[in-house]
Amino acid sequence: MARTDIGKLSLILLFAPFALWIALLIILPQLGIGYISLREKVGPGEYTFGFANYIAFLSEPIYWNTLLRTAWMSILVTAMALAVGFPVAYYIAKIARRRARAALFLMCLIPLWVSDLVRAFGWIVILRETGLVSTFLQKIGLVGGPVELLYNDATVVMGLVYTVVLFMIVPLVSTLDGMDNSLIEAGYNLGGSRFTVFRRIVVPYAMPGIVAGCIIVFMLTAGSYLTPILLGGKNSMWFTEQIYEQFVTRYNWESGATFGVLLLVFTSFVVWLGLRLTGQSLASTVAKD
Amino acid sequence: MKTTFALAATTALALFMAGNAAQAETLRLLTWGGYAPDNVIKLFEEANPDITVEVTLSNNEEMVAKLRATGGAGYDLAQPSHDRIFAAQQEYNIYKPLDLSKIETANLAPNLLDGVKANATIDGALYAVPHQWGTSGIVADISKAPNVKGWGDLCNPEYKGRTSMRLRRTILLGTAFSLGKDPFALYGDKAAYQTMLDEVTEKLIACKDNVKTYWNGGDDLSTLLLSGEVVVSEAWDSTAFKLYGQNKNLVYVPPETGALAWIDTFVIPRKGEADDAAYKWINFVMKPEIVKLMSDSTGAIAAVSNGIDLLPDDKQAAVKAAFDEQDLTNLKFFANIPAGLEDMEGKALERIKAATSN
Repeated sequence: MARTDIGKLSLILLFAPFALWIALLIILPQLGIGYISLREKVGPGEYTFGFANYIAFLSEPIYWNTLLRTAWMSILVTAMALAVGFPVAYYIAKIARRRARAALFLMCLIPLWVSDLVRAFGWIVILRETGLVSTFLQKIGLVGGPVELLYNDATVVMGLVYTVVLFMIVPLVSTLDGMDNSLIEAGYNLGGSRFTVFRRIVVPYAMPGIVAGCIIVFMLTAGSYLTPILLGGKNSMWFTEQIYEQFVTRYNWESGATFGVLLLVFTSFVVWLGLRLTGQSLASTVAKD
Repeated sequence: MKTTFALAATTALALFMAGNAAQAETLRLLTWGGYAPDNVIKLFEEANPDITVEVTLSNNEEMVAKLRATGGAGYDLAQPSHDRIFAAQQEYNIYKPLDLSKIETANLAPNLLDGVKANATIDGALYAVPHQWGTSGIVADISKAPNVKGWGDLCNPEYKGRTSMRLRRTILLGTAFSLGKDPFALYGDKAAYQTMLDEVTEKLIACKDNVKTYWNGGDDLSTLLLSGEVVVSEAWDSTAFKLYGQNKNLVYVPPETGALAWIDTFVIPRKGEADDAAYKWINFVMKPEIVKLMSDSTGAIAAVSNGIDLLPDDKQAAVKAAFDEQDLTNLKFFANIPAGLEDMEGKALERIKAATSN
């Protein structure tokens, strides 16, 4: 009897920090945001409840276009991060010698020691019209005059891939690391080509890492604020910027909260859709034991 | 972005200090970059050894948003512009009425004090006093763009890809003036104001191609102009005067339709906890010897009778190069924003930002 009580107590104690974290820092603020999003402003200090904020979102093409654009570009960034990150992760986990592995992994992590803001400013210094790249291209005579490489969508996508690619590499390395090399050898012995081995053995094995990496990267990109705004300049339209504008510039918390809820719902929907379309489920990948 | 960083740093510092400095009184100041220079804080703390000053840097929108979030708590003195008092107080009740008898009003420029009184009195109670004023207009590199006259030149194809502006309400108002409208006169008539905004939006969307990028803060603007990437830009005069000190070709041009003038004020947040310290700070920074240090840091003109004479020499030269007597009489002071208008302007700005260009 006493024994099970102690067991229960330690379970509760162990569980408490996690439960408090989830309840106070995630569920409670989300409930607050949801509550504000349902509040309609009728006059100074007067409110009623209803779905007017959501209707306003749907009836204004600028808002949902921005949301779709954000989602679309985030998907593109995720795909590019996977394309860039997979070979790197494969090299670190399977090809590099054991001693070099830690060093390579560490090198991937080093950029994380610098803040997002500083990294974005780094890109600005390199890519601006009077920046390093433009000056270099002029010096070697490739271009006649200064070129502006900032303030367009390609730069935003590149900057985002750079910021998030690590979050793709880390889960991939840890899954690929657990793969037995004899699986690959067996594939070759059975007459598989390089491509077949990659498609039938490596990718299925790495799937938990791929799914985890894609979800993290997609969510981070869709919710990022600094990189799209600093690198995108006059044409940057990112949904988080809309949320900031509503909350701070326009004092419109109701519609800002609505946008927040919609961003959460929509990105969750995209993740669900991605899992469905690729025939994966969270249970068979991320949560696989 | 720099503001955000400074903000984070000061907040961290404030949290750290809150534990240590419990016995002395703290004056928590919410203000603009440059409005609480270190040397002035040092002199103030020497004169009032029992007061410690903590500074948070911000801008108009963020100041109101922060105070609204706490119902006016967390700061003891804030400095929004004079057109951000009336509606914000009416709607969110975030400021405390001021006691004019505690302020040495004799130092203040009577016209500015009256202007702020007219804008910031609600039910007979006064909520703000002026601190510094300045204007928004155009800065141009006269070696490359010698003929710049007004807001319309930002959209002049002659400077394609070489102009910049800040996508906020100022540029909407400036463009409206350049199209021959008077937005302040239309403040009372929402339908007419919307028609005017539509016209302005159209103009600015067509102009987007001409603009290199939109700037967000003084630092962005300075880099764009000093590097020569931009030759004509909307600008705060204070930033322009600083640039003039570094490159004599960068001259502030008050638009021919009149530079738009703002007054940054002092307000006491509703739940401020150090009113006496706040009044002490107000009176302290309005002393002539302190005004000089302050103006050196902000580049703006203090709201005292001889404000321009108290500017440091280089800035005085810049002001004299920019303004003549007629420009000064032609100033257009921002009028109080009636409720609802800011929402219409916000939509217009979103439309401009979302429009595609090359």
